[in-house]
Order: sequence, then C-alpha cells, then structure tokens
Amino acid sequence: MSIILAAEQVSKQFGNHTALNKVSLEIPKNSIYGLLGPNGAGKTTLIRIINQITYPDSGRVFFDGEALQPKHIAMIGYLPEERGLYKSMKVGEQALYLAQLKGMGKAEAKQKLKYWFDRLDIGDWWNKKIQELSKGMAQKIQFIVTVLHQPKLLIFDEPFSGFDPINANIIKDEILKLREQGTSIIFSTHRMESVEELCEYIALLHNSEKILDGKLSEIKRAYKNNVFKVGLETEHGDDLLKELAHTFQITKTSYDPQDRQLNFRVQLPSDDTREFLAHISARASINNFLETIPSANDIFIQTIQSKNLDE
Amino acid sequence: MSKLGLIIRREYLAKVRNKSFVIMTFLSPILMVGMVVLIAYLTKVNDSDKRVIAILNESSYFENDFKITPSTSYVAFKDLSLEKATDSTSNMGFYGLLHIPESTSLLSAAENSSFYTKDTPSTSVIDIIEDVFQERIREVKLEELGVSSAQYADMRNQYEIRTATFTGKVNVKGINEIKAIIGGGFGYMIMMFIIIYGGFVMRSVIEEKTSRVIEVIISSVKPFQLMLGKILGNSLAGITQFAIWIISAGLLMSALVIFLDLDPSGFGNTSPMPGGGMSSLAPNPAADNATLQRYAEELFQIPWLMLICFFILYFLLGYLIYSSIYAAIGAAVDNETDTQQFIFPIILPLMLAIYVGFFSVFNNPHGPIAVGFSLFPLTSPIVMMMRLPGGIGAGGVPIWQLITSLVLLFGTFMGIVWLAAKIYRVGILMYGKKPSYRELIKWLKY
Repeated sequence: MSIILAAEQVSKQFGNHTALNKVSLEIPKNSIYGLLGPNGAGKTTLIRIINQITYPDSGRVFFDGEALQPKHIAMIGYLPEERGLYKSMKVGEQALYLAQLKGMGKAEAKQKLKYWFDRLDIGDWWNKKIQELSKGMAQKIQFIVTVLHQPKLLIFDEPFSGFDPINANIIKDEILKLREQGTSIIFSTHRMESVEELCEYIALLHNSEKILDGKLSEIKRAYKNNVFKVGLETEHGDDLLKELAHTFQITKTSYDPQDRQLNFRVQLPSDDTREFLAHISARASINNFLETIPSANDIFIQTIQSKNLDE
Repeated sequence: MSKLGLIIRREYLAKVRNKSFVIMTFLSPILMVGMVVLIAYLTKVNDSDKRVIAILNESSYFENDFKITPSTSYVAFKDLSLEKATDSTSNMGFYGLLHIPESTSLLSAAENSSFYTKDTPSTSVIDIIEDVFQERIREVKLEELGVSSAQYADMRNQYEIRTATFTGKVNVKGINEIKAIIGGGFGYMIMMFIIIYGGFVMRSVIEEKTSRVIEVIISSVKPFQLMLGKILGNSLAGITQFAIWIISAGLLMSALVIFLDLDPSGFGNTSPMPGGGMSSLAPNPAADNATLQRYAEELFQIPWLMLICFFILYFLLGYLIYSSIYAAIGAAVDNETDTQQFIFPIILPLMLAIYVGFFSVFNNPHGPIAVGFSLFPLTSPIVMMMRLPGGIGAGGVPIWQLITSLVLLFGTFMGIVWLAAKIYRVGILMYGKKPSYRELIKWLKY
C-alpha cells in the first residue's frame, strides 16, 4: 500500500492557541480518507497546511514520497468549507480563471470545462453570472473547478453542504468515480452517514490531537462490544427472561405474549456465541440473532466522550 | 501567462467592467466641466446684478466723484428733503441713499454724510463709497501740504526689490509660489490617487472575503501574489480612469470654449480702467513683457524630465505603501463599516502632507518643516514633489535630502509591504472577528 500524503509530528500554534499538536497521519493512495472531529479540533488547520496556505511550526509533510513543496499545489484539488465565487463574474470566465491559476493551459481548461459542464448538465450556464445562480448551482461550478485539473489528491471539506439531496447524490457518485479512476480523497465532514458510506479510512481529531485512526472496518471491529440483538419465539417469555438474567447481561427487553415475540439485547463476555446459542436454542426457537456493530457516529461520540472524561 | 499576470488581468477587467466604475469614469469629466461652466455663469450673473444708489448732495463737494461702474450706478436727487428722498429711494427700489449735507468744507461734508439702506449694507458697497471719500480727502490734505497730484501718483509707485541668487541668477518674484503650485499639483495627484484607488484595493479584498472565494484562490496562489496582483490590477484600472478623465476633460473644455465662446483666460482679467489720469499707475507694458518672458524662462528651466521621473518614483513607492496598508485593512475586517477606525490614521498623514506642504513649502521650500516632512516616508512623496520643481543641488533640494528621503521611503515600502502581507495572509482567513489593533499585532506573530 503506497501513501499519497504523510504528516509527521505536525504542530501548529496560533498565539497561545495550539491548533495542532504533533499530529501524524498516513493517507493511502486511491482511497477515501475521512478526517473527522468536532468543531475546532484542528481539521481545517491540517487541511490548510496540506494546501500550503499555512505552514507548520514543526513536523514534516510528504506528498507522494517528496517533501511538500509549491509544485504540489497543482496536484491537489481543494474544496474549502468556506467557499464561494466572484459574484459578478461570468461562470465560464471564472472557471477558466481558476483553472488557469492551477496551472492549466487555456485551451485545455476550456475543453475539460465543456466536458464537465455537459456531464453535470449545466452547459447553458457558461455566460451567466454567479449572482444569477442558486446556491446549489454555484456549488456544482465549485465542484467542477476543484476536480478539473485532475489532481492526484482531492480534499473536500463538507462537500455536501449547500446541496439538495438529489444533487448531493450526483456529487457523491462523482466522488466515487474519481476514486475509481485512481484519485486519493480526503473527506472532512460532520455527517457520519456519508462517512459510513464513503470512507475506507478515518482519522479522528480532538482538541488538536489525533486520537484515533485506521481502516474503518478494523476500527469498527475493535469497537464492537459483543452485544447481540436476539429475537425469540416462546410462550413463556417472562419466565425465560428471569432465568436468562441470572447468567447473562440482558437489556432492552420487550415481550408480546399474543405474538409470542421476545426481543432483547445480550452482552456476552467474549465473541464466542456457542454457549449462549446452545442455552437459548434448548428453550425457544430463534427468530433472529445479530451482532450490533457500532456506527461511525457511535465511535465518534464514544471516543470523544471517553477522552473528555479522561481530562 | 504567469499567475500574477492572470490575477492582474482579472482584477483590471473586474474593475473596468464594473458599472459604477464606468459611470464614474464618464460622468466625472462632465460634472467637472459642468462645475466650471456653472461657476462662470454664476460669476456673470453676480456681475450683472446692478445696484443703483441715490445721492442727495446738498453740498458743493463730491459733484462728479461717483463714477458709474458695471455693478453700481448713481442717481442724483436735487432739491428734496431728506425725508422725501428716503421715501423715493425705497419706493423706486434703489439700493440706498447717500446723504451729503450742506457744509462749508469738504472735510465737514464728509464728516456729516450718512448712507441709508433698507437692511445692513454690504461691505463692498460701503468700501466703494468710503474709497471715493477717502481719495478726495487725501487730495485735499495733500494740496494743503503743497503736494501735486502727479507727485502723489509718483509716490504711490510700489517698490520692488530685485532678488538674485549668490551665483548671480536673477530671481523672479513669486516663482517659488508658482513652483510650489506645480509641485503641489503633483503632490495632490498622488494623494487623490492613493485615496481613491487605495479604497478600490480595500473593497476588492473585502469582496473576496465576503464572497468566500478567497480560500479557493489562495489554495492556488500565494497570498502575497494575490495582494500584489490586486494592487497592480486596481492601479492600472485607476490609471486608465485618470487618463480618460484628463483627456475627456481637456476635450470637453476645448469644445466648450469653441461652442460657447467662453474665454477661460478672461476670468482673471480686470476690465480696463477708466480715466486717463490713472495710466501712470499701471505698470509699464514693456517691463511687463520682460517680466513675463523671465517667468516663461524660469518655467522652462524647471527640469521637467527630472520632475516627471521623480514623480513616477515617488508616486509608485507612495502608492504601493498606502495601497498595501489598504489591502491589509480590507483583509482584517469583514465589511466596509468596520474600516473606519483603520482608515483615519491613513488619511491623516496624507492630509498633513498636503496642508503642511502647501503652507511651509509655499513660504520656504527649504525650511526645517518642509525638509522634515519631505524626509518622513509617509509624507515625503507629496511634500518632496512640492519641493522638487525648485531643482536639485544648488538652490534646490540638496542631494543628501533627496537620497535620504528615497532610502527612507524605500525602506518603509519594504517594511510596510512585509507587515501588510502578514496581516493580509492571516486576515483573509479570519471570519466574524472584529479586529482591534492588539489583535493585528498578534497576527504578525502567526
């Protein structure tokens, strides 16, 4: 697995405020990497350092194996959270300008813009001014401008804010296509359901420090706590519950005598389920048995809460 | 095209395509010429407002002394009582009534005369009447002393001292003032340019902040490149506007002169003096021509090329210093209303330069105040430009002062641009903070 971007012990101080404290990350190529954390955790500062908008006080950043330097700017596409366009400038002219600032030739930029405008079905906007467009429409232009120069690394900070659900889906599909084409993507957001959907890797920043990172599936495995959802069919639900409660930790019980449906959650001492299953299958028929896997949201909240308790 | 070139081009086009910019560019010369025409018209109207003053002269003096001028004429009342004369004056709408009572001597007649008007009379009218009395009284008194009117006229010739420099070059009186006005023109242009187009730069920065396009841009270019591109692009737009103003104002003026037959040089001329006896008081026309020629020579000797070179130098450095401060202010605030507290300290040295420059350079181009302000970098572009028409070296600005001023200016330019770039770099990414000076100083350490 090769690394597109690596940060080593990166620290940044603004006056008395520490924005980043010795943060190290490795972002694998050709993946979507979720950069998560509450407001003020240091995500934007880290992203700005990667974009060479600000510079770290200490620590180093590597892009594709080389120390980060100005020539890499053309290989990065950045969609900031605080984003906008010149209001009184025409769409086409503005897109051309921004593409040329990224180092593209005028003819090349024009041709690629045409392709993207057709692809997102906005070909007739070329001569409109930004102030005539709706917010969602302007966001589409902004997205195109970000990806136009085919960067190796794309950084999206809250990319879906400002989009209605339909257009958010279009953009999500485009992001997935870009990854298929080999682009590496950093994805910073608060919206955990999109993290679940898109990210293979995540890093969690909290109070200027990285408190968790790795492959999302591995993190989830590490965070599962052997809680299982159980659904049984039995005529003696109440008795069975009483009996089970002696040996196992049972929560969230519900019993409907008419349907003979007994539902509960059980906390097992390990991920070995054989003993428990043998125990209940002798007493009732099993409708369902499901391991509860924590969502990214659960992990996010749980980690940060436990961190806050430590401090 | 380089990134800086792209930014300059965008800033320039964004400015010159802006509707209010276009309107201002073409409306201002019309307004300016309109003002001149209005003033000329008002002056004419004012002149044509004739005053009629009634005179009830019961004495034998001052018979033919009140002469009709374009603005004042006189009507003589004869054999009327003062009461009736007053009534007629007010009934006929005259401006006032001058009553000279019967007297044995001119002096007592003058002593006992009165001037009656409806309201408080204007000082100019009183001046006219008093002048007539004064002149006659003086003549009478001089006659008593045995001085003839020719002798008196000779006495009134004003004395003028001839001035020359140590090297023997004859100075022309008032040339310092003329030179200061020429330099002042240059200085004033620098100030106006800074205030108008520095404001452009500031608003352009604020616009980028409020439209949130700034972070998109500076992920592609260095903040310093963007700031520099902004300043240059906006100043090119400013130079375009200035050029259009000067050209179109010139064209409009000449068109007006041709079509309306206005004589611009005529405004200053005085109407020919009546009375042959006064001709000896007028300056000798031959001498006048010689003086004019000396003025022309002196103006011709002003080193225009040097002046324009230094104007460009001082203008560029001065403008870059101030516009980078404007850019930093724009970056520090979120909207234009927050700029006031920062704008005032910028305008202050500019105003100081213009006023102190005009007063001190006018009096003495090489006095301590003039020298001090032409060395101080925030005022030197304006004040030094006022001093420079006097030349460099002997009799003009000493070379050491010129060099010191330029070195200080250049050093300040480097320092201020560096500071401004730091504030700019931090400020453009700060939202929702109303910055104080303390906050700005903190930003310098980021």
